[in-house]
Amino acid sequence: MVREDFDRNLRQLQGDLLTMGSMVEKSISRSIDALKRRDLEASQEVIDGDDYIDQKRYEIEERCINLIATQQPLASDLRSLISILHISVELERMGDYAEGIAKISVSMGNEPPLKPLIDIPRMGDMASDMLRRSLDSLVNRDVVAATAVCNYDDRVDELYQQVYRELITFMLEDHRMITRATFLLWVAHDLERIADRATNIAERVIYVVTGKMIEIN
Amino acid sequence: MNSTITDTVLEAKDIHVSYSQFLALRDVNLKIKRNMVTALIGPSGCGKSSLLRCFNRMNDLILTAKIDGQILFNNDNIYSNNVDPTEIRSRIGMVFQKPNPFPKSIFDNVAFGLKVNGYNGDLAEAVEKSIRKAALWDEVKDRLNKGAQTLSGGQQQRLCIARALAVEPEVILMDEPASALDPIATLAIEKLIRDLASEVTIVIVTHNMQQAARVSDETAFLMVDENRSGYLVEHGETNQIFTDPKDERTEAYITGRFS
Repeated sequence: MVREDFDRNLRQLQGDLLTMGSMVEKSISRSIDALKRRDLEASQEVIDGDDYIDQKRYEIEERCINLIATQQPLASDLRSLISILHISVELERMGDYAEGIAKISVSMGNEPPLKPLIDIPRMGDMASDMLRRSLDSLVNRDVVAATAVCNYDDRVDELYQQVYRELITFMLEDHRMITRATFLLWVAHDLERIADRATNIAERVIYVVTGKMIEIN
Repeated sequence: MNSTITDTVLEAKDIHVSYSQFLALRDVNLKIKRNMVTALIGPSGCGKSSLLRCFNRMNDLILTAKIDGQILFNNDNIYSNNVDPTEIRSRIGMVFQKPNPFPKSIFDNVAFGLKVNGYNGDLAEAVEKSIRKAALWDEVKDRLNKGAQTLSGGQQQRLCIARALAVEPEVILMDEPASALDPIATLAIEKLIRDLASEVTIVIVTHNMQQAARVSDETAFLMVDENRSGYLVEHGETNQIFTDPKDERTEAYITGRFS
Protein backbone atom coordinates (compact mmCIF):
# COMPACT_ATOMS: atom_id res chain seq x y z
CA MET A 1 0.00 0.00 0.00
CA VAL A 2 1.44 3.37 -0.93
CA ARG A 3 1.19 6.52 1.14
CA GLU A 4 -1.75 7.90 -0.90
CA ASP A 5 -3.73 4.73 -0.16
CA PHE A 6 -2.94 5.11 3.51
CA ASP A 7 -4.16 8.72 3.47
CA ARG A 8 -7.35 7.64 1.71
CA ASN A 9 -7.90 4.85 4.23
CA LEU A 10 -7.41 7.27 7.10
CA ARG A 11 -9.93 9.71 5.56
CA GLN A 12 -12.44 6.90 5.04
CA LEU A 13 -12.01 5.78 8.63
CA GLN A 14 -12.63 9.29 9.88
CA GLY A 15 -15.71 9.47 7.62
CA ASP A 16 -17.02 6.22 9.09
CA LEU A 17 -16.36 7.51 12.59
CA LEU A 18 -18.51 10.55 11.79
CA THR A 19 -21.26 8.27 10.46
CA MET A 20 -21.09 6.30 13.69
CA GLY A 21 -21.22 9.61 15.60
CA SER A 22 -24.44 10.62 13.87
CA MET A 23 -25.93 7.16 14.54
CA VAL A 24 -25.18 7.65 18.24
CA GLU A 25 -26.50 11.21 18.23
CA LYS A 26 -29.80 10.00 16.73
CA SER A 27 -29.98 7.19 19.24
CA ILE A 28 -29.58 9.66 22.12
CA SER A 29 -32.24 12.08 20.88
CA ARG A 30 -34.67 9.27 20.00
CA SER A 31 -34.25 7.63 23.41
CA ILE A 32 -35.09 10.90 25.17
CA ASP A 33 -37.91 11.71 22.76
CA ALA A 34 -39.44 8.24 23.24
CA LEU A 35 -39.14 8.62 27.02
CA LYS A 36 -40.81 11.99 26.90
CA ARG A 37 -43.69 10.77 24.75
CA ARG A 38 -43.88 7.43 26.60
CA ASP A 39 -43.58 5.69 23.23
CA LEU A 40 -42.47 2.14 24.09
CA GLU A 41 -42.25 1.08 20.48
CA ALA A 42 -39.82 3.88 19.67
CA SER A 43 -37.80 2.96 22.77
CA GLN A 44 -37.61 -0.63 21.53
CA GLU A 45 -36.31 0.63 18.17
CA VAL A 46 -33.46 2.43 19.95
CA ILE A 47 -32.61 -0.81 21.79
CA ASP A 48 -32.59 -2.82 18.56
CA GLY A 49 -30.64 -0.13 16.71
CA ASP A 50 -27.73 -0.35 19.14
CA ASP A 51 -26.55 -3.53 17.42
CA TYR A 52 -25.74 -1.49 14.30
CA ILE A 53 -23.67 0.92 16.36
CA ASP A 54 -21.78 -1.99 17.92
CA GLN A 55 -21.18 -3.48 14.48
CA LYS A 56 -19.83 -0.18 13.20
CA ARG A 57 -17.43 0.01 16.12
CA TYR A 58 -15.98 -3.47 15.44
CA GLU A 59 -15.68 -2.64 11.75
CA ILE A 60 -13.74 0.56 12.51
CA GLU A 61 -11.62 -1.22 15.08
CA GLU A 62 -10.70 -4.01 12.68
CA ARG A 63 -9.69 -1.57 9.97
CA CYS A 64 -7.58 0.43 12.43
CA ILE A 65 -5.82 -2.77 13.52
CA ASN A 66 -5.17 -3.76 9.90
CA LEU A 67 -3.70 -0.35 9.10
CA ILE A 68 -1.47 -0.42 12.19
CA ALA A 69 -0.29 -3.94 11.37
CA THR A 70 0.43 -3.30 7.71
CA GLN A 71 1.43 0.37 7.62
CA GLN A 72 3.21 0.95 10.94
CA PRO A 73 1.94 4.53 11.13
CA LEU A 74 4.00 7.06 13.07
CA ALA A 75 3.74 10.59 14.45
CA SER A 76 0.48 12.39 13.53
CA ASP A 77 -0.71 9.35 11.50
CA LEU A 78 -0.30 7.18 14.58
CA ARG A 79 -2.01 9.71 16.82
CA SER A 80 -4.95 10.01 14.39
CA LEU A 81 -5.38 6.28 14.03
CA ILE A 82 -5.14 5.54 17.76
CA SER A 83 -7.59 8.35 18.43
CA ILE A 84 -10.09 7.01 15.89
CA LEU A 85 -9.84 3.65 17.64
CA HIS A 86 -10.34 5.28 21.01
CA ILE A 87 -13.19 7.53 19.87
CA SER A 88 -15.03 4.57 18.30
CA VAL A 89 -15.04 2.92 21.74
CA GLU A 90 -16.31 6.14 23.36
CA LEU A 91 -19.09 6.36 20.78
CA GLU A 92 -20.06 2.75 21.28
CA ARG A 93 -20.37 3.35 25.03
CA MET A 94 -22.45 6.47 24.39
CA GLY A 95 -24.72 4.31 22.24
CA ASP A 96 -25.00 1.89 25.17
CA TYR A 97 -26.12 4.74 27.44
CA ALA A 98 -28.80 5.70 24.91
CA GLU A 99 -29.86 2.06 24.79
CA GLY A 100 -29.88 2.10 28.61
CA ILE A 101 -32.23 5.09 28.60
CA ALA A 102 -34.54 3.27 26.14
CA LYS A 103 -34.50 0.19 28.40
CA ILE A 104 -35.43 2.34 31.40
CA SER A 105 -38.27 3.76 29.36
CA VAL A 106 -39.48 0.23 28.56
CA SER A 107 -39.15 -0.79 32.23
CA MET A 108 -41.29 2.17 33.23
CA GLY A 109 -44.00 0.65 31.07
CA ASN A 110 -47.28 2.49 31.21
CA GLU A 111 -46.74 4.12 34.57
CA PRO A 112 -47.90 7.72 34.52
CA PRO A 113 -45.09 10.28 34.21
CA LEU A 114 -43.75 11.73 37.45
CA LYS A 115 -43.86 15.20 35.99
CA PRO A 116 -43.46 16.77 32.55
CA LEU A 117 -39.85 16.26 31.53
CA ILE A 118 -37.96 19.53 30.94
CA ASP A 119 -34.49 19.37 32.43
CA ILE A 120 -33.76 15.82 31.28
CA PRO A 121 -34.45 16.64 27.59
CA ARG A 122 -32.31 19.76 28.08
CA MET A 123 -29.50 17.57 29.39
CA GLY A 124 -29.99 15.31 26.36
CA ASP A 125 -29.71 18.27 23.99
CA MET A 126 -26.58 19.51 25.73
CA ALA A 127 -24.94 16.08 25.64
CA SER A 128 -25.81 15.60 21.94
CA ASP A 129 -24.47 19.06 21.21
CA MET A 130 -21.20 18.21 22.97
CA LEU A 131 -20.93 15.03 20.93
CA ARG A 132 -21.48 16.89 17.66
CA ARG A 133 -19.03 19.65 18.56
CA SER A 134 -16.37 17.18 19.70
CA LEU A 135 -16.51 15.41 16.32
CA ASP A 136 -16.51 18.75 14.47
CA SER A 137 -13.36 19.68 16.37
CA LEU A 138 -11.80 16.40 15.18
CA VAL A 139 -12.63 17.15 11.56
CA ASN A 140 -11.26 20.68 11.86
CA ARG A 141 -8.34 19.69 14.12
CA ASP A 142 -9.51 22.57 16.31
CA VAL A 143 -8.00 22.59 19.81
CA VAL A 144 -9.91 25.70 20.90
CA ALA A 145 -13.26 24.14 19.99
CA ALA A 146 -12.26 20.85 21.66
CA THR A 147 -11.30 22.69 24.84
CA ALA A 148 -14.66 24.51 24.79
CA VAL A 149 -16.43 21.11 24.67
CA CYS A 150 -14.52 19.99 27.74
CA ASN A 151 -15.38 23.16 29.63
CA TYR A 152 -19.06 22.90 28.65
CA ASP A 153 -19.25 19.65 30.60
CA ASP A 154 -19.47 21.68 33.84
CA ARG A 155 -22.87 22.99 32.76
CA VAL A 156 -24.15 19.45 32.18
CA ASP A 157 -22.83 18.46 35.61
CA GLU A 158 -24.62 21.42 37.20
CA LEU A 159 -27.88 20.50 35.51
CA TYR A 160 -27.42 16.90 36.63
CA GLN A 161 -27.01 18.05 40.24
CA GLN A 162 -30.15 20.12 39.91
CA VAL A 163 -32.15 17.17 38.51
CA TYR A 164 -30.72 14.95 41.22
CA ARG A 165 -31.80 17.31 44.00
CA GLU A 166 -35.24 17.68 42.50
CA LEU A 167 -35.79 13.92 42.20
CA ILE A 168 -34.52 13.27 45.71
CA THR A 169 -37.01 15.87 46.94
CA PHE A 170 -39.82 13.99 45.13
CA MET A 171 -38.76 10.77 46.84
CA LEU A 172 -38.61 12.40 50.27
CA GLU A 173 -42.02 13.93 49.84
CA ASP A 174 -43.80 10.77 48.71
CA HIS A 175 -42.30 7.30 48.90
CA ARG A 176 -44.67 6.08 46.16
CA MET A 177 -42.60 8.22 43.81
CA ILE A 178 -39.37 6.41 44.60
CA THR A 179 -39.49 3.88 41.75
CA ARG A 180 -40.37 6.39 39.06
CA ALA A 181 -37.91 8.99 40.40
CA THR A 182 -35.16 6.37 40.48
CA PHE A 183 -35.79 5.55 36.84
CA LEU A 184 -35.39 9.22 35.93
CA LEU A 185 -32.29 9.49 38.10
CA TRP A 186 -30.73 6.69 36.05
CA VAL A 187 -31.63 8.49 32.85
CA ALA A 188 -30.02 11.71 34.12
CA HIS A 189 -26.96 9.76 35.15
CA ASP A 190 -26.68 8.15 31.70
CA LEU A 191 -26.84 11.58 30.07
CA GLU A 192 -24.22 12.92 32.41
CA ARG A 193 -21.97 10.02 31.40
CA ILE A 194 -22.62 10.69 27.70
CA ALA A 195 -21.39 14.25 28.22
CA ASP A 196 -18.28 12.90 29.99
CA ARG A 197 -17.58 10.65 27.01
CA ALA A 198 -17.90 13.64 24.67
CA THR A 199 -15.26 15.31 26.84
CA ASN A 200 -13.03 12.25 26.37
CA ILE A 201 -13.43 12.60 22.60
CA ALA A 202 -12.48 16.27 22.78
CA GLU A 203 -9.40 15.40 24.84
CA ARG A 204 -8.43 12.89 22.13
CA VAL A 205 -8.72 15.67 19.54
CA ILE A 206 -6.30 17.76 21.59
CA TYR A 207 -3.94 14.77 21.59
CA VAL A 208 -4.21 14.34 17.81
CA VAL A 209 -3.27 17.97 17.25
CA THR A 210 -0.75 18.65 20.01
CA GLY A 211 0.56 15.22 21.01
CA LYS A 212 -0.29 16.10 24.63
CA MET A 213 -2.50 13.81 26.69
CA ILE A 214 -4.30 16.04 29.16
CA GLU A 215 -7.43 15.68 31.17
CA ILE A 216 -9.39 18.90 31.02
CA ASN A 217 -12.60 17.90 32.75
CA MET B 1 43.42 10.89 28.29
CA ASN B 2 42.10 12.44 31.46
CA SER B 3 38.46 11.50 31.49
CA THR B 4 35.71 13.05 33.52
CA ILE B 5 32.63 10.87 33.77
CA THR B 6 29.53 12.82 32.85
CA ASP B 7 26.13 11.81 31.53
CA THR B 8 27.34 12.73 28.08
CA VAL B 9 29.88 10.22 26.81
CA LEU B 10 30.30 11.59 23.31
CA GLU B 11 29.64 15.03 21.97
CA ALA B 12 29.84 16.34 18.42
CA LYS B 13 30.62 20.06 18.44
CA ASP B 14 30.23 22.04 15.21
CA ILE B 15 31.17 19.02 13.14
CA HIS B 16 31.70 19.47 9.42
CA VAL B 17 32.78 16.53 7.28
CA SER B 18 33.96 16.95 3.73
CA TYR B 19 35.29 14.54 1.15
CA SER B 20 37.61 16.48 -1.19
CA GLN B 21 35.50 19.55 -2.14
CA PHE B 22 32.19 17.97 -1.17
CA LEU B 23 30.67 19.00 2.14
CA ALA B 24 28.93 15.82 3.37
CA LEU B 25 27.87 17.02 6.80
CA ARG B 26 27.57 20.49 8.29
CA ASP B 27 27.12 22.09 11.70
CA VAL B 28 26.32 18.99 13.70
CA ASN B 29 26.00 19.44 17.44
CA LEU B 30 24.87 16.32 19.22
CA LYS B 31 25.30 14.81 22.68
CA ILE B 32 25.29 11.04 23.10
CA LYS B 33 24.19 9.98 26.57
CA ARG B 34 26.02 7.29 28.49
CA ASN B 35 24.52 3.78 28.65
CA MET B 36 21.79 4.66 26.27
CA VAL B 37 21.04 3.62 22.72
CA THR B 38 20.98 6.54 20.31
CA ALA B 39 19.67 5.95 16.79
CA LEU B 40 20.72 8.08 13.83
CA ILE B 41 18.05 8.10 11.15
CA GLY B 42 17.55 9.97 7.91
CA PRO B 43 17.41 9.55 4.14
CA SER B 44 20.31 8.19 2.11
CA GLY B 45 23.13 10.65 1.81
CA CYS B 46 22.22 12.64 4.93
CA GLY B 47 25.60 11.89 6.47
CA LYS B 48 24.56 9.61 9.30
CA SER B 49 27.30 7.07 8.56
CA SER B 50 29.81 9.90 8.11
CA LEU B 51 28.81 11.21 11.53
CA LEU B 52 29.07 7.73 13.05
CA ARG B 53 32.57 7.31 11.65
CA CYS B 54 33.62 10.65 13.21
CA PHE B 55 32.95 9.23 16.65
CA ASN B 56 35.92 6.85 16.54
CA ARG B 57 38.05 8.51 13.88
CA MET B 58 37.16 5.93 11.26
CA ASN B 59 37.07 8.78 8.75
CA ASP B 60 40.86 9.07 9.21
CA LEU B 61 41.07 5.95 7.05
CA ILE B 62 39.41 7.77 4.15
CA LEU B 63 42.19 9.83 2.60
CA THR B 64 39.99 12.58 1.17
CA ALA B 65 38.00 13.06 4.38
CA LYS B 66 38.41 16.26 6.34
CA ILE B 67 36.81 16.81 9.73
CA ASP B 68 36.26 20.24 11.28
CA GLY B 69 34.95 20.75 14.76
CA GLN B 70 35.40 18.57 17.81
CA ILE B 71 34.33 15.16 19.00
CA LEU B 72 34.50 15.12 22.77
CA PHE B 73 34.83 11.68 24.33
CA ASN B 74 34.41 12.04 28.08
CA ASN B 75 35.06 15.75 27.53
CA ASP B 76 38.36 15.30 25.64
CA ASN B 77 38.68 16.08 21.95
CA ILE B 78 39.56 12.85 20.15
CA TYR B 79 40.89 14.86 17.21
CA SER B 80 43.65 16.48 19.31
CA ASN B 81 47.16 15.87 18.02
CA ASN B 82 48.22 13.85 21.05
CA VAL B 83 45.45 11.28 20.70
CA ASP B 84 46.20 7.82 19.32
CA PRO B 85 43.31 6.81 17.03
CA THR B 86 43.96 3.12 17.73
CA GLU B 87 43.40 3.66 21.44
CA ILE B 88 40.20 5.56 20.65
CA ARG B 89 38.95 2.67 18.52
CA SER B 90 39.54 0.19 21.33
CA ARG B 91 37.38 2.29 23.63
CA ILE B 92 34.84 3.09 20.94
CA GLY B 93 34.24 -0.12 18.99
CA MET B 94 32.41 -0.55 15.73
CA VAL B 95 30.11 -3.11 14.11
CA PHE B 96 29.39 -2.88 10.40
CA GLN B 97 26.51 -3.57 8.08
CA LYS B 98 27.90 -6.79 6.72
CA PRO B 99 29.30 -9.19 9.31
CA ASN B 100 33.08 -9.15 8.85
CA PRO B 101 34.62 -11.87 11.01
CA PHE B 102 38.31 -12.58 10.46
CA PRO B 103 39.06 -15.79 8.52
CA LYS B 104 39.99 -17.41 11.80
CA SER B 105 38.31 -19.63 14.38
CA ILE B 106 35.40 -18.37 16.45
CA PHE B 107 37.67 -18.28 19.49
CA ASP B 108 40.47 -16.38 17.75
CA ASN B 109 38.09 -13.79 16.40
CA VAL B 110 37.13 -12.78 19.91
CA ALA B 111 40.63 -13.28 21.36
CA PHE B 112 42.25 -11.18 18.64
CA GLY B 113 41.74 -7.73 20.19
CA LEU B 114 42.76 -9.00 23.60
CA LYS B 115 45.99 -10.47 22.24
CA VAL B 116 46.84 -7.29 20.32
CA ASN B 117 46.32 -5.30 23.51
CA GLY B 118 48.67 -7.67 25.38
CA TYR B 119 45.97 -9.09 27.63
CA ASN B 120 47.59 -11.23 30.31
CA GLY B 121 44.57 -12.63 32.15
CA ASP B 122 42.74 -15.88 31.43
CA LEU B 123 42.10 -15.61 27.70
CA ALA B 124 39.55 -18.45 27.54
CA GLU B 125 37.57 -16.90 30.35
CA ALA B 126 37.59 -13.46 28.72
CA VAL B 127 36.53 -14.91 25.36
CA GLU B 128 33.68 -16.86 26.96
CA LYS B 129 32.53 -13.76 28.84
CA SER B 130 32.32 -11.71 25.63
CA ILE B 131 30.58 -14.44 23.65
CA ARG B 132 28.07 -14.84 26.46
CA LYS B 133 27.44 -11.10 26.51
CA ALA B 134 26.78 -11.28 22.78
CA ALA B 135 24.16 -14.00 23.44
CA LEU B 136 26.02 -16.46 21.26
CA TRP B 137 27.63 -18.82 23.78
CA ASP B 138 25.08 -21.65 23.74
CA GLU B 139 25.23 -21.80 19.95
CA VAL B 140 29.03 -21.95 19.62
CA LYS B 141 30.45 -23.34 22.89
CA ASP B 142 31.05 -26.77 21.34
CA ARG B 143 32.76 -25.51 18.23
CA LEU B 144 34.95 -22.61 19.29
CA ASN B 145 37.78 -23.87 17.09
CA LYS B 146 35.66 -24.00 13.97
CA GLY B 147 36.03 -21.23 11.42
CA ALA B 148 33.88 -18.15 11.94
CA GLN B 149 32.69 -18.47 8.35
CA THR B 150 30.76 -21.63 9.30
CA LEU B 151 28.30 -19.50 11.31
CA SER B 152 25.08 -18.09 9.92
CA GLY B 153 24.91 -14.37 9.06
CA GLY B 154 23.14 -13.51 12.30
CA GLN B 155 25.60 -15.53 14.34
CA GLN B 156 28.53 -13.90 12.53
CA GLN B 157 27.14 -10.48 13.38
CA ARG B 158 26.82 -11.45 17.06
CA LEU B 159 30.39 -12.77 16.87
CA CYS B 160 31.51 -9.36 15.58
CA ILE B 161 29.69 -7.79 18.52
CA ALA B 162 31.46 -10.25 20.87
CA ARG B 163 34.76 -9.27 19.25
CA ALA B 164 33.99 -5.60 19.82
CA LEU B 165 32.94 -6.29 23.43
CA ALA B 166 36.10 -8.27 24.25
CA VAL B 167 38.23 -5.16 24.67
CA GLU B 168 35.59 -3.69 26.99
CA PRO B 169 34.76 -0.56 25.06
CA GLU B 170 32.67 2.26 26.52
CA VAL B 171 30.83 2.82 23.27
CA ILE B 172 29.90 0.61 20.32
CA LEU B 173 29.01 2.23 17.02
CA MET B 174 26.77 0.15 14.77
CA ASP B 175 26.28 0.95 11.12
CA GLU B 176 23.10 -0.80 9.91
CA PRO B 177 24.01 -3.91 11.93
CA ALA B 178 20.91 -5.90 10.95
CA SER B 179 20.22 -4.76 7.41
CA ALA B 180 21.77 -7.91 5.89
CA LEU B 181 19.91 -10.27 8.25
CA ASP B 182 16.54 -12.02 8.19
CA PRO B 183 13.78 -10.98 10.64
CA ILE B 184 14.65 -13.64 13.24
CA ALA B 185 18.35 -12.79 13.27
CA THR B 186 17.40 -9.11 13.28
CA LEU B 187 15.31 -9.60 16.42
CA ALA B 188 18.21 -11.40 18.10
CA ILE B 189 20.49 -8.44 17.34
CA GLU B 190 17.87 -5.96 18.55
CA LYS B 191 17.41 -7.85 21.80
CA LEU B 192 21.16 -7.93 22.24
CA ILE B 193 21.40 -4.17 21.70
CA ARG B 194 18.82 -3.60 24.44
CA ASP B 195 20.59 -6.02 26.80
CA LEU B 196 23.99 -4.41 26.21
CA ALA B 197 22.74 -0.88 26.78
CA SER B 198 23.06 -1.27 30.55
CA GLU B 199 26.83 -1.52 30.24
CA VAL B 200 27.87 0.14 27.01
CA THR B 201 26.68 3.16 25.11
CA ILE B 202 25.41 2.29 21.64
CA VAL B 203 25.04 4.56 18.64
CA ILE B 204 23.24 2.88 15.79
CA VAL B 205 22.65 4.02 12.22
CA THR B 206 19.58 2.43 10.72
CA HIS B 207 17.34 2.88 7.71
CA ASN B 208 14.65 0.87 9.42
CA MET B 209 12.61 3.32 11.44
CA GLN B 210 10.69 0.64 13.28
CA GLN B 211 14.03 -0.74 14.38
CA ALA B 212 15.13 2.69 15.61
CA ALA B 213 11.82 2.95 17.47
CA ARG B 214 12.26 -0.50 19.01
CA VAL B 215 15.84 -0.35 20.17
CA SER B 216 16.75 3.24 20.92
CA ASP B 217 16.26 5.57 23.86
CA GLU B 218 17.05 8.66 21.84
CA THR B 219 16.81 9.38 18.14
CA ALA B 220 18.55 11.96 16.01
CA PHE B 221 17.09 12.80 12.61
CA LEU B 222 19.39 14.10 9.88
CA MET B 223 18.44 15.47 6.50
CA VAL B 224 20.16 16.49 3.34
CA ASP B 225 19.99 20.02 1.90
CA GLU B 226 19.87 21.21 -1.72
CA ASN B 227 23.67 21.03 -1.89
CA ARG B 228 23.54 17.39 -0.78
CA SER B 229 25.07 18.30 2.58
CA GLY B 230 23.68 16.52 5.61
CA TYR B 231 22.59 18.31 8.77
CA LEU B 232 20.88 17.51 12.06
CA VAL B 233 17.19 18.43 12.18
CA GLU B 234 15.95 17.10 15.48
CA HIS B 235 17.21 15.06 18.41
CA GLY B 236 15.10 13.85 21.30
CA GLU B 237 13.65 10.94 23.18
CA THR B 238 12.65 8.18 20.79
CA ASN B 239 9.08 8.07 22.07
CA GLN B 240 8.69 11.76 21.39
CA ILE B 241 10.32 11.65 17.95
CA PHE B 242 8.06 8.82 16.78
CA THR B 243 4.78 10.01 18.27
CA ASP B 244 5.10 13.76 18.38
CA PRO B 245 8.07 15.13 16.44
CA LYS B 246 8.62 18.86 16.93
CA ASP B 247 9.95 19.60 13.46
CA GLU B 248 7.66 19.22 10.46
CA ARG B 249 10.55 17.81 8.40
CA THR B 250 10.89 14.96 10.91
CA GLU B 251 7.13 14.42 10.77
CA ALA B 252 7.23 14.31 6.96
CA TYR B 253 10.09 11.84 6.91
CA ILE B 254 8.83 9.37 9.46
CA THR B 255 5.29 9.37 8.10
CA GLY B 256 6.63 8.69 4.60
CA ARG B 257 5.57 12.06 3.16
CA PHE B 258 9.13 13.11 2.51
CA SER B 259 9.87 14.46 -0.92
